[in-house]
Amino acid sequence: MATIFRKIWDRHVVAERDDGTCLLYVDRHLIHEVTSPQAFEALRLAGRKVRRPLSLLAVPDHNVPTSPDRLEHIEDPDSRKQIETLRENARSAGITLFDIDDVRQGIVHIIGPENGLILPGITAVCGDSHTATLGAFGAIAFGIGTSEVEHVLATQAIWQKRPREMRIEVAGDLGFGVTAKDVILAVIAKIGAAGGTGYAIEFAGDGIRRMSMEGRMTVCNMTIEAGARFGLVAPDGTTLSYLEGRPAAPGGAQWESATADWRTLRSDASSRFDREETIDASRVDPQVTWGTSPEDALPVTGVVPDPSDHPDPAVRARRERALRYMDLAPGTRLTDIPVDKVFIGSCTNARIEDLRLAAGVARGRKVADGVTALVVPGSGLVKRQAEREGIDRIFTEAGFQWRLPGCSMCLGMNPDRLKPGERCASTSNRNFEGRQGPGGRTHLMSPMMAAAAAVTGRITDVREVLKG
Amino acid sequence: MIEKFIALKAVAIPLDRSNVDTDAIIPARFLKTIQRTGLGKGLFHAWRYDENGTEVPGFPLNRSACRKGKILVAGDNFGCGSSREHAVWALMDYGIRCVIAPSFSDIFYANGLKNGLLPVRLASREVRGLIALLESSPGSEIAVDLPAQTVTGPDGAAHPFDIGSFPKECLLKGLDEIALTIGHEQDIARYEREWKAKAPWLFLDL
Ligand code: SF4
Repeated sequence: MATIFRKIWDRHVVAERDDGTCLLYVDRHLIHEVTSPQAFEALRLAGRKVRRPLSLLAVPDHNVPTSPDRLEHIEDPDSRKQIETLRENARSAGITLFDIDDVRQGIVHIIGPENGLILPGITAVCGDSHTATLGAFGAIAFGIGTSEVEHVLATQAIWQKRPREMRIEVAGDLGFGVTAKDVILAVIAKIGAAGGTGYAIEFAGDGIRRMSMEGRMTVCNMTIEAGARFGLVAPDGTTLSYLEGRPAAPGGAQWESATADWRTLRSDASSRFDREETIDASRVDPQVTWGTSPEDALPVTGVVPDPSDHPDPAVRARRERALRYMDLAPGTRLTDIPVDKVFIGSCTNARIEDLRLAAGVARGRKVADGVTALVVPGSGLVKRQAEREGIDRIFTEAGFQWRLPGCSMCLGMNPDRLKPGERCASTSNRNFEGRQGPGGRTHLMSPMMAAAAAVTGRITDVREVLKG
Repeated sequence: MIEKFIALKAVAIPLDRSNVDTDAIIPARFLKTIQRTGLGKGLFHAWRYDENGTEVPGFPLNRSACRKGKILVAGDNFGCGSSREHAVWALMDYGIRCVIAPSFSDIFYANGLKNGLLPVRLASREVRGLIALLESSPGSEIAVDLPAQTVTGPDGAAHPFDIGSFPKECLLKGLDEIALTIGHEQDIARYEREWKAKAPWLFLDL
């Protein structure tokens, strides 16, 4: 009578303390240049070694430039230093590195799955909160801090308390112009930015079952925006067909025994959850955020809320601050908000399916005057695939910039960022103050919605554009 | 290594905001370092300074009575967002050793404990009360007693708080958690042998 989370958890317990904290074995560990240098340094100072280097994959993503000259030249000396440090740490410990000249380089949460490193039933960690993305394969995957990165490097294990469990049923089919991003934004708006704190969330229901792996990854990616460190989906036929034949996935006889095992990884019908929520996907409209927390999402048909309508003074104060920061007045129709920049990218929405959907909107249209629009594929493999399909040309002909892979304008650690006061339609996951550059204003939405904003110059209901 | 935390009596800074995220605590451009030190200058940078680098007068950390503050009292969901431990390092580099809030993000909470920055959860009502006291008499002190698990406000009222027994012990002794885990090396090696036999695909290399 166990949940899938419980089944995977129990198989990974190496030891348990009296207070119920478990030492979990870690199957896969991914690292990037920003949160790992201090871990390697501490390891060296303590005279310790990386215990199982081949369980790791290293990639520079957060501060790599996305311009074509990046192989010859990275202007920012601090970024350069972090990338070189990652390279050196990987080399001396014997860790596989997808360097910036490798076609497999890309955002850490995108390249693991792409190469078949993330399998059902495993545990995976990374010094990055969006590691929950990988739970889409039916894995326990979670973000950790740098001290924990050091701990996993040294021991291949991590101490964790079992979280509470929530099940979110996504019932019904997604409507025209509605995608996984809209579903997860609607979920976050419903349960709140801290609604999942202390929980692992299993996503289930027809809406999830019919989603592609790309869509499921988008959903799990943003569970952290609802406060939950873990999001997961039970593996099924979609998972298996995605994995089969990928470089690190098992083949031959091992594939047979692996898939037999994976079929057992699902929550038993009678399992009990600490909390259950249902969302009717057929009633979800394309979503847009108006404020500075991912919970500030509304249907695109809505208006900017009036903070004084909320009964809780703390929420009122937060919303008033958000409106001041976003320079928006209550009652403004969301579709009357103009944008300066459009960013299609990030670990939430830079997989091939995302680019296909956005290109479907951009095809035969032009980026509006005065708008700068960037498309940043999530990895070199996504970029190559898109170029094979001619997606790059659809974008460039419409006036979008076609960049090299990386985190880019999701967090503005590289040269791609907003200027103070600029407003951006973004497919990333965080609309915090200054997230895309100091003083920048972010509206989160799906890739189709972002493409629609690019061609009209304002937040737009993509369904109107497509009906045309 | 965890820095020891036993007890602290210090000026407390009220930060009456909820959802204080890690990008607000330490903006991304300050993360381009390979060290843990020196991050204090970036702490709350966009809130502490205006575009010209001048201090924003009303911001709590900039009030003269709060300059020596070592305790921060804030709203719900403190530290939400990214896993960046830099948020904890920035607070500690600035001098903060304890954050009191009604709730924390899970990752920030864990990161705090790993470094010796004590996150204390109190009920919303209690936190609101403390913030009101600190706002009305800026520069007042709060006392935090980890062995007794209490926070004592400027008015002398004591508020008990919960903390796990193991993190508490780690903080009190300043333990090296990795050394403790290495003590389980035999269990870890046994686990690997067992699963290599049962599910060899878990150990495939790229
Ligand atoms: S794309 Fe954005 S959210 Fe994702 S890993 Fe990079 S910086 Fe983090």
